[in-house]
Amino acid sequence: MTQDIPLIAVRGLRVGFHTAGGTVAAVDDVNFSVRAGETLAIVGESGSGKSVMSLSLLRLVPSAITTGEILFRGDDLLTKPAHAMRDFRGGRIGMIFQEPNTSLNPVQTIGDQIVEAIQLHEAVGKAAARARAVEVLELTGIPSPRARMKSYPHELSGGMRQRAMIAMALACRPELLIADEPTTALDVTVQAQILDLMRELKANSGAAIILITHDLGVVAEMADRVAVMYAGRIVEIAPVTDLFDGPEHPYTIGLLSSMPSIDGDSETLTPIEGSMPDPLALPAGCRFQPRCPFAIKRCAMEAPPLETVRPGHLSACWRAPLLETLTRGGQQ
Amino acid sequence: MTSPTDASAPLLKVEGLSKTFSVAGAWPWQKRTLSAVNDISFGIAPGETLSLVGESGCGKSTAGRMLVGLAAPSSGRILFEGRELSGQTASEQRAMRRRIQLIFQDPYGSLNPRMTVGELIAEPALLHGLADRNSANDRVAELLGLVGLAKRHAGRYPHEFSGGQRQRIGIARALAVEPRLIVCDEPVSALDVSVQAQIVNLLQSLQDRLGLSYLFISHGLSVVRHISHRVAVMYLGNIVEIGPKAAIFDQPSHPYTRALLAAAPVPRPGARQASVALAGDMPSPLDPPSGCRFHPRCPFAIERCRRDIPALSPGGDGRLVACHRWQEIPAFQANAPGAQHAPKTTRLLALYRQAAANSNSRMSSN
Repeated sequence: MTQDIPLIAVRGLRVGFHTAGGTVAAVDDVNFSVRAGETLAIVGESGSGKSVMSLSLLRLVPSAITTGEILFRGDDLLTKPAHAMRDFRGGRIGMIFQEPNTSLNPVQTIGDQIVEAIQLHEAVGKAAARARAVEVLELTGIPSPRARMKSYPHELSGGMRQRAMIAMALACRPELLIADEPTTALDVTVQAQILDLMRELKANSGAAIILITHDLGVVAEMADRVAVMYAGRIVEIAPVTDLFDGPEHPYTIGLLSSMPSIDGDSETLTPIEGSMPDPLALPAGCRFQPRCPFAIKRCAMEAPPLETVRPGHLSACWRAPLLETLTRGGQQ
Repeated sequence: MTSPTDASAPLLKVEGLSKTFSVAGAWPWQKRTLSAVNDISFGIAPGETLSLVGESGCGKSTAGRMLVGLAAPSSGRILFEGRELSGQTASEQRAMRRRIQLIFQDPYGSLNPRMTVGELIAEPALLHGLADRNSANDRVAELLGLVGLAKRHAGRYPHEFSGGQRQRIGIARALAVEPRLIVCDEPVSALDVSVQAQIVNLLQSLQDRLGLSYLFISHGLSVVRHISHRVAVMYLGNIVEIGPKAAIFDQPSHPYTRALLAAAPVPRPGARQASVALAGDMPSPLDPPSGCRFHPRCPFAIERCRRDIPALSPGGDGRLVACHRWQEIPAFQANAPGAQHAPKTTRLLALYRQAAANSNSRMSSN
């Protein structure tokens, strides 16, 4: 019904930090939107700004200078008074972190923590809140949820703790779920369980998901659309099949070429040469240009804008569409 | 219990190695026994890479620590170059241990922040008498070159380097004492994919040039598949399947190996077969299940699995497998059809590799 109006729209988001060496923009002019029921994956390596960006959506980076617009159902979160953010944090927007260990309170039972979250956002009695907590724990597949309500975080395994985190995030029936590397700390068989669970919960609740990850395998399984971030900017954004079947940014191709394939036995891997640029000394023009094997003169002079290559597929590269440009043997 | 492939004079031979820890029970005076590694045997040939894979708590790191002498085996033997590691005099042990080095997962945690990179790399060589004060600088420069760093880096401190560069420093330190075997404990797990590929390539080229053997401990299956010659899969302290890489990855016999492979996400939308996911968690090693330790999570378990412990026995293609039912269970369906990249992506990847190779050779000719 509301399929065309985005649930959240981010416009010109910039998150800066004051450092001894000057102001650093960890996130620089980022634009994207997520529709209700959609999963947007944000991929990037460490230092790409993906985690800072996800935290700043809920204004959880107090020392940052955040400008731009974060429109949640048309309401700009950045202009809201601080106390009004409480409705969103853990209420209309749920959050799952990478380390359930450090995000759960070690001296409170799982049950009390979920009940607290529910009562903070909704005017319900203790009994009703407890009933809801048991319900969401059951939803996440925790065995004997009633008994687990009385467990402390250290009594649960990593996978169970992550399920408890997910239960807490879902307790207030959020419209949007932000998951920052939800399975990175987990073993691969447990990761498969949690990914299956998230897919199932999304199908049942209709919540949108912003999934932050560095793992292209997880992206391929979970996402409807993908945004690739590099050095604070989105360099490519596309529907998931489109991205994997025809990437349009050299960085995305570099990420794919760095991965050993699970099916074949390639002789040597082709890594991306060099490393992520220092945010205080960003290269001129395109930020990926010093590491890019396809770079031409123009790349070092002008920063390429994020532009449509195909309907729904945007790339910030002067040489897009890549295959056409490269095989035409254009100017070097 | 060695597999047929390593019959030719292995560099390292491990026989019936076990490690148990004594931990406090409900009360401090009540001791319980935790068996972290349970009767494992394997061999590593010169120039070979054997990978130990498994999930956290399977005992793979403890096994590696016993090889380098950071943990004492509770029972079993470790034979290196035909001689047993324990039962030697202290100085002989020291000389033998020099030939087995370790690379850690977290290079930052393993480098002294107050020493320069040059001092860090020279230290092991000086300690083992492989260099003196005069020759140390040359040796450091040589080692830095070997791992792809520059001579000028010797004067800097660890915090000035990125994660990938720190791992290179860790590798240079291990190489400083001319080892024959390097135990790599999750050496790339903490690194970004693009950097991970750089380190994997470095390890492979060092193996070619110096004839090194690796014991590669990892939970990342795609990296293991890329780098290993042989693979051992561990579950709750036991090796459940060991054999040549192709056998393990193309036709895994043990249900746990299959579950691990099926759970790995594939970077192609719709490629992974869903719902092969293994239920439950790994049981506590304090209270391991009876019979086959995998039976509570195994979709094929029968009464016999609850009762009898399966022994590692030949399972075809040069592998050993510890399962009562590996011959009866249905053939493994690989992720095969969708796991390859789309034609357009394959072409773009080829163009990328070609361009990257060109720009590299241009840089090195300058």
